[in-house]
Amino acid sequence: MRAFAGTSQLLRLILKRDRGRLLSWILALAGIPIVTANAFIELYATETARSELIATFGSNPAYSALLGPIYGSTIGALTVWRIGVIGSVLIGLMAVLLVIRNTRDEEESGRRELLGATVVGRHAPLTAALVVVMAAGLNIGLLITVGLAALGLEFGGALGYGAGVGTTSAVFAAVGGIAAQLTNGGGAARGVGVGALGLAFILRAAGDAMEIEALGWLSPIGWFTRLRPFSGERWWVLGLSTAVAAGLGAIAYRLASRRDLGAGVLPVRAGPANAAPGLRGPVALAWRLQRSSLLGWSVGIGLLAALYGTVADDVGEIFGGNPQLAEVLAALGGTDRLTDTFFSFTGGVLALVAGAYSIRTALRLRAEEEGLRAEAVLATSTTRGRWMASHLLFAFLGAAVMMVLAGLVMGATYGAAIDDVAGQMARVLGISIIQLPAIWVLTAATAALYGLAPRATVVAWALLLGFLVLGQLGQILRFPQWLLNLSPFSHVATSTASEISAVPIAVLLGVVIFLTGLSFSAFRRRDLTAA
Amino acid sequence: MSTISVSNLVKSFGHTKALDGLNLAVSTGEVHGFLGPNGSGKTTTIRILLGLLRQDAGTASLLGGDPWEDATELHRRLAYVPGDVSLWPDLSGGEVIDLLGRLRGGLDPKKKERLLDRFDLDPTKKGRTYSKGNRQKVALVAALASNVELLILDEPTGGLDPLMEAEFRMVINEERSAERTVLLSSHVLSEVEALCDRVSIIREGRTIESGTLTQLRHLTRTSIEAEVSGNPSDLHILSGLHALQVDDHRVSFEVDAEHLGAALAQLSQLGVNSLVSHPPTLEELFLRHYRQDSPKS
Ligand SMILES: Nc1ncnc2c1ncn2[C@@H]1O[C@H](COP(=O)(O)OP(=O)(O)OP(=O)(O)O)[C@@H](O)[C@H]1O
Ligand SMILES: [Mg+2]
Repeated sequence: MRAFAGTSQLLRLILKRDRGRLLSWILALAGIPIVTANAFIELYATETARSELIATFGSNPAYSALLGPIYGSTIGALTVWRIGVIGSVLIGLMAVLLVIRNTRDEEESGRRELLGATVVGRHAPLTAALVVVMAAGLNIGLLITVGLAALGLEFGGALGYGAGVGTTSAVFAAVGGIAAQLTNGGGAARGVGVGALGLAFILRAAGDAMEIEALGWLSPIGWFTRLRPFSGERWWVLGLSTAVAAGLGAIAYRLASRRDLGAGVLPVRAGPANAAPGLRGPVALAWRLQRSSLLGWSVGIGLLAALYGTVADDVGEIFGGNPQLAEVLAALGGTDRLTDTFFSFTGGVLALVAGAYSIRTALRLRAEEEGLRAEAVLATSTTRGRWMASHLLFAFLGAAVMMVLAGLVMGATYGAAIDDVAGQMARVLGISIIQLPAIWVLTAATAALYGLAPRATVVAWALLLGFLVLGQLGQILRFPQWLLNLSPFSHVATSTASEISAVPIAVLLGVVIFLTGLSFSAFRRRDLTAA
Repeated sequence: MSTISVSNLVKSFGHTKALDGLNLAVSTGEVHGFLGPNGSGKTTTIRILLGLLRQDAGTASLLGGDPWEDATELHRRLAYVPGDVSLWPDLSGGEVIDLLGRLRGGLDPKKKERLLDRFDLDPTKKGRTYSKGNRQKVALVAALASNVELLILDEPTGGLDPLMEAEFRMVINEERSAERTVLLSSHVLSEVEALCDRVSIIREGRTIESGTLTQLRHLTRTSIEAEVSGNPSDLHILSGLHALQVDDHRVSFEVDAEHLGAALAQLSQLGVNSLVSHPPTLEELFLRHYRQDSPKS
């Protein structure tokens, strides 16, 4: 028990330091299903409206890949379908990030050592982080249950939804706990943890799209939909996810007791005694620091794009049950038209992923400054402008690499299915890269925040989350058009590349240039802050 | 010729006034000690000199240029060792040394090899695996391997063992022979005594003393113990005497440097049988300056 001494003090410390963060996550993640259900009550009040929706999307593999299958026709079941998977991914993200932040990051900063010498046992930090995150998950689950029940939805389903969310958070908290033990740095740990989350998402999507149940069962995100809240709950699935969470947690503790403070389970290899001739200049340094993250995110986006491309051929089946509509559609441009819409939608999802990469990469500036490594570089003859540009280069171009890759892979996989690889690659590439100006608005906003108010850079993530909510829920919630227009992604989400007019693109690029310029001039003027 | 000249520097962080009219003058070719209690503003001054912070008021000039405006050009001619050395976790020490040297405009590979050898540093380890002392050595080798005009060292030996500390002193003495200017912030008094031509002592963001160690010693008290033939009880009328204790014919006191002559003259009138005098130790000197209640000049 000595190993757990001090857990409660650490708990209080985490609650004090992270209360804003925790509260935002809890309110956002509990709010999303509640407002969705509330909107659906109005939107799909009649049985007819609901069955129309189900007839359109219900068994379509392409939309199953995106959102998961529809298991029932009640408001609750439709809410689970529309928002359950996205919610699970966000819950998983919260769990992984918060656990690593309060374990490996603390250790890396040396603050843990300060505590380690006091009465804090070796398992106390991991325990405190897991408890906080699971408690947050529990709170979210509870709020969802109460909220959905208060809207008049069936209580059993509401309970299932809440419990499913709670166990999902526990599973990914344990995943974060393992990732924190494996690697030496917080950055690498986040890479492993978020990578595992991405893999879970892709396995679920592939399983649902190709109707391979086994694949879906391999994914903790798949368990949430398979729990089937509001569609005859299969309560035993909760047992499965609880058992897996406990098992993964046990592994995290095993790993933690086997390694030294500050070290990871994976050994650190020796490096070269001299720098390679190419390692000169800030860009070479930024490449060295950014390359593994660029590769990891590209692989993730590539896999997701391949999956979307593969299922795109099935989009045409949407109106299979409605020959009249299909005829009208054929007159308007046929299946191409449908796949355009589909690719525009998936392109939007991939663009949000690329946007997350871009924000993270731009915020490397902040990490370098806080870690006092920027100081070392800026005390040489490197100008502030060149140093800043070296990292922003990867934020801007990295996003471009990802969207080009996404377009090519989606086009190639879809083209292979319909025997038109070259043609489809060109077409889907166009739909995909049209998203870039919107992504770059996020990048430039992050840079501007960094230049003007480096302590407020977390706002960049809030923007991404806000744009995600506007894009995913804006229509459903019938937000006014001006609000929807606030998201840069709304201006590039037209269904075909040829429909995009130059004006919004030019405006977005203008915003990008303005914000980027602002970031440079602000950063040149301000003090370098110490940690 | 002055390499660094700072006058009336003021810098606040919110409500904290880190610098409050600081002055500092470092002549070309000297090793200048920069001393003061924790939080007195040494690192803040250095960060202003490096163009990392901008002063609120006052002027600073470095190698004939403005630290903020001409940062890039000036940085080619200087090297900096921070007090808190933080390395890139995945770069080896050798890579960091080469990279920082190249970013500065080049380094002397032979000198680098010699320094690695003298500081007994393994350059193949990854940044995250170095100990505190070894991280500091990486920064020292990176700074010393370029032949620059000015070295700015902020508590560079905090983590070094005595062997390495001795090596560091030898290296700095060689740099002095090579006519390099060094600004050395340090809490290690023996190091300051061994290396510095002149020192500046600051407290609460203000310079309270500046000069050679001999001059500074001169500014402080000498303690005297003596046995005299006459009655020493009249001594207390002398000015500049402190902690006077009279026990029959034996007397002990401390005396300010400027009153030493008068006190000795008075003693010899009483007929001195024996006399022991202690010059102020460096510790006494600094403690007196560091303490809150010491007079500000
Ligand atoms: N970025 C900052 N924000 C707020 N306060 C700061 C900042 N940097 C320094 N200070 C404050 O300015 C004062 C001077 O700090 P500085 O680091 O210059 O001291 P120092 O003489 O180098 O001390 P030490 O001997 O401990 O290294 C301190 O009170 C410190 O808390
Ligand atoms: Mg300092």
